[in-house]
Amino acid sequence: MNISRNRGFKVDWITIILYILLVGFGWLNILSASLSGDIVSYFDMSQPYGKQLVFIVFAFVLIILVFSIEAKFYERFASIIYLVSILSLLGLFIFGKNVNGATSWYAIGSMTIQPSEFAKVATSLAVAKYISDLQTNIQNLKDQIKTVLIILVPAILIMLQNDAGSTIVYASFFFVFYREGIPQVYLFIGLAIIIVAVLSLKFSLLTTSIIISLLILAHHFFLKKKRKSIFQPLLLILISIAFSFGVQFFYNSILQPHQQDRISLWLRLEKDPVKLEQMKKTILYNLNESEKAIGSGGITGKGFLEGTRTIGKFVPEQHTDYIFSTVGEEWGFLGSSFVVLLFVLLLIRVLYLAELQKSQFSRVYGYCVASILFFHFLINIGMVMGLIPTIGIPLPFFSYGGSGLWGFTLLLFIFIKLDSNRINEW
Amino acid sequence: MRKLLLFSIIIIVGITFIARLFYLQVYSSKNYNIYEDNAIRKVFNYPKRGYVYDRNGELLVANQPSYDVMIIPRDVEPLDTLEFTSLLKITKEDFIKSYDKAYHYSPRLPSVFLAHLSKEDYAVLSEKMRKYKGFYIQKRSLRDYQTTIGANVLGFIAEANQREINKDPYYKMGDLIGKQGVEISYENVLRGVKGVKFIQKDRFNRDIGPYKNGSKDTIPIPGKDITITIDAKLQAYGERLMQNKMGGIVAIEPSTGEILTLVSAPSYNPNLLVGRKRSANYTKLYKDSIHLPLIDKGLLRMHEPGSPFKSLIALIGLQEGVIDENTSIFCTGEYHYGGKRPMRCHCGGGRRNLNTGISHSCNSYFATVYRKTLDKYSNPSHAMDVWSKHIKSFGLGNYLNNDLSVGKKGNIPDGAYYDRMYPDFRWRATTNISNAIGQGEILVTPIQLANMMAAIANRGYYYTPHIIKDIEGDTIPKKFKIPHQTTIDKQYFEPVIQGLHDVYNEGTAWFLKVPDIEICGKTGTAENFTKINGVRTQLTDHSIFIAFAPKDNPKIAIAVLVENGYFGARWAGRIASLMIEKYLKGEVTLKQMEQMVLEKSLEDEYLKPYSGQPFKINQ
Repeated sequence: MNISRNRGFKVDWITIILYILLVGFGWLNILSASLSGDIVSYFDMSQPYGKQLVFIVFAFVLIILVFSIEAKFYERFASIIYLVSILSLLGLFIFGKNVNGATSWYAIGSMTIQPSEFAKVATSLAVAKYISDLQTNIQNLKDQIKTVLIILVPAILIMLQNDAGSTIVYASFFFVFYREGIPQVYLFIGLAIIIVAVLSLKFSLLTTSIIISLLILAHHFFLKKKRKSIFQPLLLILISIAFSFGVQFFYNSILQPHQQDRISLWLRLEKDPVKLEQMKKTILYNLNESEKAIGSGGITGKGFLEGTRTIGKFVPEQHTDYIFSTVGEEWGFLGSSFVVLLFVLLLIRVLYLAELQKSQFSRVYGYCVASILFFHFLINIGMVMGLIPTIGIPLPFFSYGGSGLWGFTLLLFIFIKLDSNRINEW
Repeated sequence: MRKLLLFSIIIIVGITFIARLFYLQVYSSKNYNIYEDNAIRKVFNYPKRGYVYDRNGELLVANQPSYDVMIIPRDVEPLDTLEFTSLLKITKEDFIKSYDKAYHYSPRLPSVFLAHLSKEDYAVLSEKMRKYKGFYIQKRSLRDYQTTIGANVLGFIAEANQREINKDPYYKMGDLIGKQGVEISYENVLRGVKGVKFIQKDRFNRDIGPYKNGSKDTIPIPGKDITITIDAKLQAYGERLMQNKMGGIVAIEPSTGEILTLVSAPSYNPNLLVGRKRSANYTKLYKDSIHLPLIDKGLLRMHEPGSPFKSLIALIGLQEGVIDENTSIFCTGEYHYGGKRPMRCHCGGGRRNLNTGISHSCNSYFATVYRKTLDKYSNPSHAMDVWSKHIKSFGLGNYLNNDLSVGKKGNIPDGAYYDRMYPDFRWRATTNISNAIGQGEILVTPIQLANMMAAIANRGYYYTPHIIKDIEGDTIPKKFKIPHQTTIDKQYFEPVIQGLHDVYNEGTAWFLKVPDIEICGKTGTAENFTKINGVRTQLTDHSIFIAFAPKDNPKIAIAVLVENGYFGARWAGRIASLMIEKYLKGEVTLKQMEQMVLEKSLEDEYLKPYSGQPFKINQ
C-alpha cells in the first residue's frame, strides 16, 4: 500500500516545471496588463494581479490535495464527480449570475466561480471511465452514442448558458475517440462537415450544391474500382445539400448578429467597403488592437512593464482572453515563440505520458487532458493573432481567472497523479 | 497511426503560430518608432529660431509668435460647426476642405487645421478651445523681418511639405522649414532642436501620465543666431538703384570672399511671405512670369559675359607667352579671320596694344590674342583644353560650391565640347573666335563675374564667395578660408589691371569716374534672344559691368547685370560706380548720376516681347 512513501515521491517533473513556467510567466504578464499606477502590494486584492497571485497560491494547495488522494479514487468516483458537475451546471439556471450576457457564474460573496471550467475535468474523468470499462466497445454504435451523450450533456448545458466559447472546447474529445479506435470514416465525416459548412457560408446554396455533387460524383466514377449503384452517392449528395441548407439556416436565423459578423469577417464574406470599415472599427477593434500590440513588439519586445499599448490599455480584456498580446508587445517575437514552444512541449509531454500508461483509464484521461489544453491553445492564440474568428476562451495557466486556473490545474495534476501511480506501482 | 494524428496537428499548429508571429513581429513590423506609436502623445516644444544680423550687426530677421489650430481627425467629436467656423473666421467649405486634407494625411496624427491665428483671434479662441475635441492650439514662432530688403538673400520659412518630411523624419506635419536663401543654407543652425514630451495615452485617448516618467523627454535647444556678410545699407541702396529694372548686382570683398551685396531685381518685401497671406502672396510672386521675382538673378541668370571676358583673354595670352604688354595690332574696325563675315569692332580703330585694347574694348585685338593662344598648340582640341583650364581656374564654368542654396554652372567649353559639336569638321580657333569677346558658347552668372573680378583684384586668387560671416558659438566652414589659386602668375595681372583702370581714365567708362576713388572696370554688352511664338527673336542687349576698387588694396569687386539695358556703361556701369562710392565713402556725391539711374525705368523694354507687336531693339 505505502510503497510510494518508501520509494520517495516520484512524479513527472518535466510537466510540473513546464506548468510552473507557464503560470509564472502568465502572472508577470497579468501584472503588466492590469497594472495602473504603482504597485502597492503584490497581493493587492483590488487588482487582478493581486487576486491572481492568491489564485496561484490556492492552486498549489489544490495540487497538494490532488497528490494526497489515492490515484484509484479518481477512477472509482469518476461517475459521481461527473454527476456533481452536471448538477452544478444545472444549478446555474436557478442561482447563476449573469456576467457579460453569459450565466456561467456562481457568486459567493465577492468571489465568483465558473462551474464550466471544472466540468471539463469531470467530463474527462467520465469519458475515461466509460471507455475503459471492460463492457464498452467503442466500435459499437450504441456505445459510441452513449460516449457522445456524456459529452453532449455538459456541452448543451453550457451552450444554453450562452457561453459558446466553452461549448466548442467539447469538440476536442473527438481526438480522444479517434485515438481509442472509432472507425476511420468518422474522421472523413468530420472533415466533410467542416468543408461543407465553410463552402455553404462562403458561397450560395446552388454553388455549394454543384461543387459537392461534382466532388462526390467524381469520386464515385473515377476513384472507386468496383462500380456500385448510383444510389449511394446520390443519397450522399442529398444529405450534403440538406446539411448545407441547415448551416445557412443556422447562420442566418439562429446565430446572433455579433457571431454572424465574426464569421463573416473571418471568411471575408462582407464586400461592401463602407460596412467593412464599420465592422473593423467595432467587432474587429479588439483584434486590430491586439495585432497592433503584438506587431509593435518586434523581435525583442519593448520590455517588461514597458509596453506602451499595454500601459495605455488599448487592448480590452487584455489580462484575460487577450493576455498573449501583452507577451507579444513586451517580450517580442522571442518571448512569444517561447510561450508557444512551452505549450507545444507540454502538450507533447502529456501525449507521450498518456501513451506510456498501462491502464486504459489513465491513457484516455491523459488524451482528454492533451486534447482540451490543445483546443484552448489553438483557439486562444489563433484568435489573438487573427487566424481564427473571435471566440472568447482563456489561455490555460496564463489568462487571469481563478476558476480557469484551478480547472486546468486539476485537469493536469490529476493526470500527473495517475501517471505517478504508474511509476510507483511496479 | 492513430497515435500520430493529434501529435502532428500540435506540431503543425505550433509551427503555424510561430510563422504568424514572425510575420506580425519581424516581417511586417518596422523598427519600433515612438513617433509612430499612437499610444504616446508627443508634445513638441519649439525653440527660438536663430536671428539673422548683417555684417555691421544690424538685426534683419527676428521672430514673432503665431498660433496654429491643430486637428487630430480621429478625436474630433460632433461640434457646432457654425460657431466654430465663425470663431475661426472661415467658411464651412474651408472647414470641410481642411478636415479632409488632415484626414487624408492621417486620421490619428496631428496636422495643421488653420495656420497663423491673429493674436485677437487666439485670445477669443483659447478660452473656448476645450469645447472642441480633437482640436488644440499649437504655438509656433514665425519670422519677423526688421527690413524690407534682401528677400532673395534672407529667404523665407514655411510648413515642411511631404517630400521634406519623408527626407528627414525630424520634421512633422506643420513644422516650419527654410525654403529659400539663408533659411535653407543654415536651416540646421537656425532652427535649433525642438524639445519633445512623451505622454502615455489610454485607448480613450486620455493622458495617463508621462511616458517612462519623462526620462525620454527632451528640452528644446535654441537655434543659433547668424551674422551674414551682407551690408544692409549697400544692399538697400543696390535694390533702390535697380528699381524698375531687371537684373542683379553682386558685390564681393576680394580679400575674404564675403558677399557684400546680392541684389536681385525686381525684389519683394520679405514680410509678404509671413503668416496667413503667405500662400496667396507666394502664388502671386510665383506667377509673375515677366519679372520672376522669386528667381535670384544674381545667382541664376546665365548670360554671355561680353567684353569683361576680354580681361581673361589678355591674362591667358600673357601667361601662355603669346603676347607681351607691348604686342600691338592695327585695328581697321573689322577683324578678318576666314571666308566668313568679318568681326566688327567699335573701338574707333588705330594701333591697339594690351592697354588700349582693354580700355577701348577692341574686338580685333582680343581676337588676335585668342587666336595666337590657341594656335600655340598644334592640336586645337588640346589648345582648347588648356585655355578652358585657365578660364575655369577663375571659378567659371562650374558651381561655386558655396553656401547659397541655388546656383548655376554656366558654360565654359573645352576641346571635347567642340569635338562633340563638330564631329565631322576640323574646327580651330577661328571656328569659335567669338569666345575672344565673351560671346558664343560661353555662359556665366553675375556672381561668377563678380568672383572673377575679385580674383583679378587679388592678382591671382579668390576665396569662395559666401554669405555666412559668423555663427553664434561656432565657426564658419573652413572651405571659405582657403584661397583658390588661378593658373595665371601674379606679374601678368598688373598690365591688365592698368588697362582696366584706363577704362575709367580714357576708355569706355570715362564718364563714370568717381572722385577720389581709383576704380578698375570693364564694360560689357551681351546679345540675348527669346522665343516669341516659337521664333527666335533678338532683344535689346544686356548691360553688363564689372569693377573693383580701389585699384590698390581692393575693398570691393562688383558685377552688375541690367537686363536689356543696352550697352554696358549705360546702366550697369553707372550702377557699379554708385555702389562703389556708396560702399567706400558711405555716401554718394554723384547726385546727378544717381538721379538718372533712379528715374529710368526699363519696364517698357520688358513688356516688348509680350506686346504682340513688332518692336525695335537697342535704342
